[in-house]
Amino acid sequence: MDNKMKLVFPALSENEQFARTAVIAFIMKVDPTVEQITDVKTAVSEAVTNCVVHGYPDKKGEILIECELLNDALHIKISDFGVGISDIEEVLEPFYTSKPFEERAGMGFTIMRTFMDSFELTSKPNVGTTVSMVKRLDKIA
Amino acid sequence: MKIKHRIDKIGLHIYLQGELDEFFQTQVKEQIDNLIENNLNIQSVIFDMSGLTFMDSTGIGILIGRYKKLKKMKIPCFIANPSFSADKVFTISGIYDLIPRV
Repeated sequence: MDNKMKLVFPALSENEQFARTAVIAFIMKVDPTVEQITDVKTAVSEAVTNCVVHGYPDKKGEILIECELLNDALHIKISDFGVGISDIEEVLEPFYTSKPFEERAGMGFTIMRTFMDSFELTSKPNVGTTVSMVKRLDKIA
Repeated sequence: MKIKHRIDKIGLHIYLQGELDEFFQTQVKEQIDNLIENNLNIQSVIFDMSGLTFMDSTGIGILIGRYKKLKKMKIPCFIANPSFSADKVFTISGIYDLIPRV
Protein backbone atom coordinates (compact mmCIF):
# COMPACT_ATOMS: atom_id res chain seq x y z
CA MET A 1 0.00 0.00 0.00
CA ASP A 2 1.28 3.45 -0.87
CA ASN A 3 1.63 5.86 2.00
CA LYS A 4 2.77 9.38 2.89
CA MET A 5 4.09 11.29 5.87
CA LYS A 6 5.49 14.69 6.80
CA LEU A 7 7.69 15.67 9.71
CA VAL A 8 8.59 19.16 10.86
CA PHE A 9 11.06 19.68 13.70
CA PRO A 10 13.58 22.27 14.93
CA ALA A 11 17.00 22.15 13.24
CA LEU A 12 18.95 20.81 16.22
CA SER A 13 21.59 18.10 16.01
CA GLU A 14 19.93 16.26 18.90
CA ASN A 15 16.97 15.65 16.54
CA GLU A 16 19.07 13.74 14.00
CA GLN A 17 18.59 10.39 15.65
CA PHE A 18 14.84 11.00 15.89
CA ALA A 19 14.66 11.99 12.19
CA ARG A 20 16.45 8.93 10.83
CA THR A 21 14.60 6.57 13.19
CA ALA A 22 11.21 8.04 12.19
CA VAL A 23 11.94 7.55 8.49
CA ILE A 24 12.97 3.93 9.14
CA ALA A 25 9.75 3.33 11.11
CA PHE A 26 7.82 4.67 8.10
CA ILE A 27 9.41 2.22 5.63
CA MET A 28 9.36 -0.88 7.88
CA LYS A 29 6.07 -2.24 6.56
CA VAL A 30 7.59 -2.94 3.12
CA ASP A 31 10.11 -5.15 4.92
CA PRO A 32 13.40 -3.57 3.76
CA THR A 33 16.70 -5.45 4.05
CA VAL A 34 19.22 -4.52 6.75
CA GLU A 35 21.41 -2.91 4.09
CA GLN A 36 18.51 -0.84 2.71
CA ILE A 37 17.71 0.32 6.25
CA THR A 38 21.26 1.46 7.00
CA ASP A 39 21.58 3.12 3.58
CA VAL A 40 18.43 5.20 4.19
CA LYS A 41 19.44 5.93 7.80
CA THR A 42 22.87 7.20 6.73
CA ALA A 43 21.53 9.32 3.86
CA VAL A 44 18.87 10.92 6.12
CA SER A 45 21.49 11.63 8.77
CA GLU A 46 23.74 13.35 6.21
CA ALA A 47 20.90 15.47 4.84
CA VAL A 48 19.64 16.52 8.29
CA THR A 49 23.22 17.33 9.41
CA ASN A 50 23.57 19.60 6.38
CA CYS A 51 20.37 21.46 7.31
CA VAL A 52 21.50 21.91 10.94
CA VAL A 53 25.11 22.89 10.26
CA HIS A 54 24.98 24.64 6.88
CA GLY A 55 21.33 25.62 6.31
CA TYR A 56 21.07 27.52 9.59
CA PRO A 57 24.59 28.67 10.54
CA ASP A 58 23.33 31.56 12.68
CA LYS A 59 19.58 31.59 13.21
CA LYS A 60 17.46 28.63 14.27
CA GLY A 61 14.88 27.24 11.90
CA GLU A 62 12.88 24.16 10.98
CA ILE A 63 13.54 21.07 8.93
CA LEU A 64 10.80 19.49 6.81
CA ILE A 65 10.92 15.82 5.84
CA GLU A 66 8.38 14.58 3.30
CA CYS A 67 8.20 10.84 2.62
CA GLU A 68 6.17 8.85 0.16
CA LEU A 69 6.12 5.10 -0.35
CA LEU A 70 5.28 4.44 -3.97
CA ASN A 71 5.53 0.99 -5.57
CA ASP A 72 7.94 -0.26 -2.91
CA ALA A 73 10.24 2.77 -3.27
CA LEU A 74 10.86 5.52 -0.76
CA HIS A 75 10.65 9.03 -2.20
CA ILE A 76 12.05 11.43 0.38
CA LYS A 77 12.56 15.20 0.39
CA ILE A 78 14.51 16.89 3.17
CA SER A 79 14.33 20.70 3.24
CA ASP A 80 15.55 23.63 5.24
CA PHE A 81 14.50 27.27 4.87
CA GLY A 82 17.90 28.73 5.63
CA VAL A 83 20.73 30.46 3.80
CA GLY A 84 20.71 28.29 0.66
CA ILE A 85 23.63 27.43 -1.61
CA SER A 86 24.91 29.81 -4.28
CA ASP A 87 27.22 27.38 -6.12
CA ILE A 88 25.64 23.91 -6.29
CA GLU A 89 28.36 22.42 -8.52
CA GLU A 90 31.01 23.33 -5.94
CA VAL A 91 29.27 21.77 -2.93
CA LEU A 92 28.71 18.51 -4.82
CA GLU A 93 32.46 17.97 -5.24
CA PRO A 94 33.67 15.12 -2.99
CA PHE A 95 35.61 16.44 0.02
CA TYR A 96 34.27 19.98 -0.45
CA THR A 97 33.48 21.57 2.89
CA SER A 98 32.73 25.16 3.76
CA LYS A 99 33.98 24.50 7.30
CA PRO A 100 37.40 22.84 7.01
CA PHE A 101 38.45 23.92 10.50
CA GLU A 102 35.65 21.94 12.09
CA GLU A 103 37.17 18.67 10.79
CA ARG A 104 34.29 17.96 8.45
CA ALA A 105 34.78 15.28 5.84
CA GLY A 106 32.93 16.91 2.95
CA MET A 107 31.41 13.51 2.14
CA GLY A 108 27.72 14.14 2.88
CA PHE A 109 26.42 14.54 -0.68
CA THR A 110 28.72 11.79 -1.95
CA ILE A 111 27.24 9.40 0.62
CA MET A 112 23.65 10.42 -0.23
CA ARG A 113 24.36 9.89 -3.95
CA THR A 114 26.02 6.53 -3.38
CA PHE A 115 23.59 5.09 -0.83
CA MET A 116 20.36 6.12 -2.56
CA ASP A 117 19.08 5.23 -6.07
CA SER A 118 18.49 8.82 -7.11
CA PHE A 119 19.60 12.14 -5.71
CA GLU A 120 18.78 15.74 -6.58
CA LEU A 121 19.80 18.99 -4.91
CA THR A 122 17.90 22.23 -5.37
CA SER A 123 18.66 25.46 -3.56
CA LYS A 124 18.04 29.18 -3.65
CA PRO A 125 20.11 31.66 -1.62
CA ASN A 126 18.13 32.98 1.37
CA VAL A 127 15.15 30.72 0.55
CA GLY A 128 16.46 27.29 1.43
CA THR A 129 17.72 23.94 0.23
CA THR A 130 15.97 20.67 -0.64
CA VAL A 131 17.49 17.25 -1.16
CA SER A 132 15.22 14.84 -3.06
CA MET A 133 16.13 11.16 -3.02
CA VAL A 134 14.63 7.82 -4.01
CA LYS A 135 15.50 4.43 -2.57
CA ARG A 136 14.11 1.23 -4.04
CA LEU A 137 13.04 -1.14 -1.30
CA ASP A 138 11.96 -4.13 -3.35
CA LYS A 139 13.92 -7.33 -2.92
CA ILE A 140 15.73 -7.26 -6.27
CA ALA A 141 17.07 -3.74 -5.61
CA MET B 1 27.42 7.44 22.54
CA LYS B 2 30.06 6.00 24.86
CA ILE B 3 33.83 5.67 24.67
CA LYS B 4 35.85 3.04 26.48
CA HIS B 5 39.54 2.25 26.27
CA ARG B 6 42.16 -0.35 27.04
CA ILE B 7 45.94 -0.22 26.79
CA ASP B 8 48.08 -3.26 25.95
CA LYS B 9 51.36 -4.04 24.16
CA ILE B 10 49.81 -3.21 20.79
CA GLY B 11 48.69 0.22 21.88
CA LEU B 12 45.69 2.27 22.95
CA HIS B 13 42.41 0.62 21.95
CA ILE B 14 39.55 3.12 21.78
CA TYR B 15 36.09 1.52 21.69
CA LEU B 16 33.34 3.66 20.19
CA GLN B 17 29.89 2.51 21.25
CA GLY B 18 26.38 3.62 20.25
CA GLU B 19 25.30 6.02 17.50
CA LEU B 20 27.84 8.52 16.18
CA ASP B 21 26.47 11.64 14.48
CA GLU B 22 26.84 15.43 14.50
CA PHE B 23 25.28 15.70 17.96
CA PHE B 24 28.15 13.79 19.61
CA GLN B 25 30.94 15.27 17.49
CA THR B 26 32.50 17.66 20.00
CA GLN B 27 32.19 15.28 22.93
CA VAL B 28 33.77 12.35 21.04
CA LYS B 29 36.67 14.46 19.74
CA GLU B 30 37.43 15.79 23.23
CA GLN B 31 37.30 12.37 24.87
CA ILE B 32 39.56 10.75 22.27
CA ASP B 33 42.04 13.65 22.39
CA ASN B 34 42.19 13.42 26.19
CA LEU B 35 42.87 9.70 26.03
CA ILE B 36 45.69 10.23 23.54
CA GLU B 37 47.23 13.15 25.45
CA ASN B 38 47.25 11.11 28.66
CA ASN B 39 48.95 8.17 26.97
CA LEU B 40 51.65 9.64 24.75
CA ASN B 41 54.04 6.69 25.19
CA ILE B 42 51.76 4.27 23.28
CA GLN B 43 52.88 2.35 20.17
CA SER B 44 49.67 2.84 18.21
CA VAL B 45 45.98 3.79 18.44
CA ILE B 46 43.29 1.33 17.39
CA PHE B 47 39.79 2.72 16.84
CA ASP B 48 37.55 -0.26 17.57
CA MET B 49 34.14 0.16 15.91
CA SER B 50 32.56 -3.12 17.04
CA GLY B 51 30.12 -1.38 19.42
CA LEU B 52 29.06 1.32 16.96
CA THR B 53 25.42 0.81 15.95
CA PHE B 54 25.27 3.78 13.57
CA MET B 55 27.77 6.16 11.98
CA ASP B 56 27.49 8.86 9.32
CA SER B 57 30.26 10.97 7.77
CA THR B 58 30.81 12.67 11.14
CA GLY B 59 32.94 9.60 11.92
CA ILE B 60 35.20 10.26 8.93
CA GLY B 61 35.82 13.86 9.99
CA ILE B 62 36.64 12.84 13.55
CA LEU B 63 39.03 10.05 12.54
CA ILE B 64 40.85 12.13 9.93
CA GLY B 65 41.32 14.90 12.53
CA ARG B 66 42.78 12.40 15.02
CA TYR B 67 44.97 10.87 12.26
CA LYS B 68 46.51 14.30 11.57
CA LYS B 69 47.31 14.86 15.24
CA LEU B 70 48.76 11.36 15.70
CA LYS B 71 50.85 11.69 12.55
CA LYS B 72 52.63 14.72 14.03
CA MET B 73 53.48 12.56 17.06
CA LYS B 74 54.55 9.70 14.78
CA ILE B 75 51.95 7.35 16.29
CA PRO B 76 50.25 5.09 13.70
CA CYS B 77 46.49 4.48 13.95
CA PHE B 78 44.15 1.78 12.70
CA ILE B 79 40.45 0.99 12.33
CA ALA B 80 39.20 -2.33 13.74
CA ASN B 81 35.87 -4.18 13.46
CA PRO B 82 33.72 -1.71 11.50
CA SER B 83 30.15 -2.87 10.89
CA PHE B 84 29.03 -3.50 7.33
CA SER B 85 27.51 -0.01 7.08
CA ALA B 86 30.41 1.82 8.78
CA ASP B 87 32.76 -0.01 6.40
CA LYS B 88 30.70 1.24 3.46
CA VAL B 89 31.08 4.85 4.66
CA PHE B 90 34.82 4.40 5.29
CA THR B 91 35.39 2.77 1.90
CA ILE B 92 33.62 5.55 -0.05
CA SER B 93 35.71 8.17 1.76
CA GLY B 94 39.02 6.41 1.01
CA ILE B 95 39.99 6.71 4.68
CA TYR B 96 41.65 3.28 4.71
CA ASP B 97 44.52 4.79 2.67
CA LEU B 98 45.34 6.91 5.75
CA ILE B 99 44.07 4.69 8.57
CA PRO B 100 44.38 1.03 7.56
CA ARG B 101 41.81 -1.54 8.64
CA VAL B 102 43.22 -4.29 10.87
